[in-house]
Amino acid sequence: MKLKLKQLLAGLGLMTCAVMAQAEEPLKVGFVYVGPVGDLGWSYEHDQGRQEMEKYFNGKVKTTYVENVPEGADAERVITQLAKDGNKVIFTTSFGFMNATYKVAKKFPNVIFEHATGYKRLPNMGTYVLRTYEGRYVSGVAAGMLTKSNTIGYIGAFPIPEVIRDIDAVYMGAKSVNPNVKLKIVWANTWYDPGKEADAANALMDQGVDVLIQHTDSPAPLIAAEKRGGVRAIGQASDMSKFAPNAHVYSVRDHWAPYYIKVVQSVMDGTYKPQDYWGGFHEDVLQLASINDNLPADVKQAINDTYAKIKSGELKPFTGPIKDNTGKEVVAAGHALTDEELAQVNWYVEGIDDKIPQ
Amino acid sequence: MDMDLITNILFAAVRTGTPLLLVAIGELICERAGVLNLGQEGMMLMGAVLGFIAALTTGSIVTGFVVAALAGVLMSLLFGFLALTLSTNQYATGLALAIFGGGLSAFIGQPFVGKPVDGLHAIVIPYLSDIPLIGKALFAQDGMVYLSFILVPALAWMLKNSRPGLIIRAAGESPDSLHALGHRVMMVRYLAVMFGGAMAGLAGGYLSLAYTPMWNEGMTAGRGWIALALVVFAGWQLGRLMLGAYLFGLASILHLVFQGLGFDISPSLLAMMPYVATILVLVVLSRSRDNPALQAPAAIGKPWRPVH
Repeated sequence: MKLKLKQLLAGLGLMTCAVMAQAEEPLKVGFVYVGPVGDLGWSYEHDQGRQEMEKYFNGKVKTTYVENVPEGADAERVITQLAKDGNKVIFTTSFGFMNATYKVAKKFPNVIFEHATGYKRLPNMGTYVLRTYEGRYVSGVAAGMLTKSNTIGYIGAFPIPEVIRDIDAVYMGAKSVNPNVKLKIVWANTWYDPGKEADAANALMDQGVDVLIQHTDSPAPLIAAEKRGGVRAIGQASDMSKFAPNAHVYSVRDHWAPYYIKVVQSVMDGTYKPQDYWGGFHEDVLQLASINDNLPADVKQAINDTYAKIKSGELKPFTGPIKDNTGKEVVAAGHALTDEELAQVNWYVEGIDDKIPQ
Repeated sequence: MDMDLITNILFAAVRTGTPLLLVAIGELICERAGVLNLGQEGMMLMGAVLGFIAALTTGSIVTGFVVAALAGVLMSLLFGFLALTLSTNQYATGLALAIFGGGLSAFIGQPFVGKPVDGLHAIVIPYLSDIPLIGKALFAQDGMVYLSFILVPALAWMLKNSRPGLIIRAAGESPDSLHALGHRVMMVRYLAVMFGGAMAGLAGGYLSLAYTPMWNEGMTAGRGWIALALVVFAGWQLGRLMLGAYLFGLASILHLVFQGLGFDISPSLLAMMPYVATILVLVVLSRSRDNPALQAPAAIGKPWRPVH
């Protein structure tokens, strides 16, 4: 009996140790990136967000990331591995990870999954997306004022709603300051291929474009614009000013840290609820970085004003009446598109002389 | 389409074709000597990253290109040691080299991502560059384009008419005969592999120092693989290779230009054009099946050891 008590005490002691160790052990958070962290665009900014979040929690959070994960069967394997390794929150940061994340989330109900840009949700899986169209609208305003040829060029990646929506926002922004503006759209059919992106930029500039906006991730179009001279370009996803000191207007920067901090905090507090999160200027997850000093004063003013109006909610780019480019009314007068409706934009606004590729 | 636009399209076609042509020239010589090196992508990336770092730290683009070529040579020596000296499977070794180069270049290049460098400048040849349509494409390019203009005819002549050319071809067609004649097959193949490495390195350097002057991991975006296919479709002939590379370049540019002009063709269809057009033209050209000059070297991909 004595022995038993001793054993019991020893066991209790061990258990207490274990519980204490668990309390001190940092929360493990995993990230899955589609590209290399060195892409200077999409994945790079997710990684900046990860680092900023880890720093914020000062030892209470330990993060891991896996980069260059192909969208497909591999993704499922990687996400499963992260869940098995004891990560309590897993962020999967590309649209193509949606189904893999969904499947793994069902298998690990005690792990929180957060998927960027998707629409499938579970009690332990939320989605988050940026209101990039807010940045695009400002870019349209700037481009519309800067263009001398009245022709703005847009390098698209793939014709998905997110990109279509951004093209619409650019055109509406440009049109609001320049009624004669035209938008030329080129699809590069890639998110990342510096050579191809530079070719696309050159092809647009050869056709009279003097302000470039890109939806692809490398700084190659900015470099091409700088080399050409007399052309302006707007940076994508991260601060790209150093690639084009003269041509750079500003970069629309994805700033994920506030969201990552918010989610991880809610998991720590036990208050996490999956949601369809949309963040933009107001939440500071979208920023204008390095507005060029060499811009005319009125353009700078317009950039800052438009930014402020969108941030405060005074200006909502997708507010009706809006007609598509076949003349059909797509947003009724006075109505501002809801997030759900925004996710399904599949029309070009009136004035864009082009067709969405099918 | 106005004249200026066509002039610019042709200019861009040559520029876009050049990195493909550079790496493909090297691989063609390598294959003519009987060695198939699938690791072009890896050698290009190493050339791109080390050339970029050299140019950034020394401030000299020329140094950058020299280092890029050397980086390619080093990588190719690694391949040579495995595939030639140790007689490993050339396909597997080449694939491994491609993956290894991709990873190593990303690792080395990490601190240099996002550093801007002043790219290679064009050398505009007066008067000639003013020729309508083709002047800009042929005479307003940079030094690497001119180098490829010289290399293609020079190497084609060498392969066809000179003794070293004959020896290279013999190494690829019948290494045993070459050996029996007292030539050193191994050395010939090593030199061909090293030449291939140097050209791949230069092609990579062309991307990071001239085409889009910056370093970013994976920036070659599959051009090494396209070059490998070009060599086959060109029937191992340098002239056709040049044609193929420019055709590919032209089709890639048209894909973008047509969209800007608002042609009502699906961009996905247009994106296929470079591949379809190049394959179609080169296949039609090589239809003469009995032309032995267009066949693969007989001993390609086969390890060779001297029989004692």
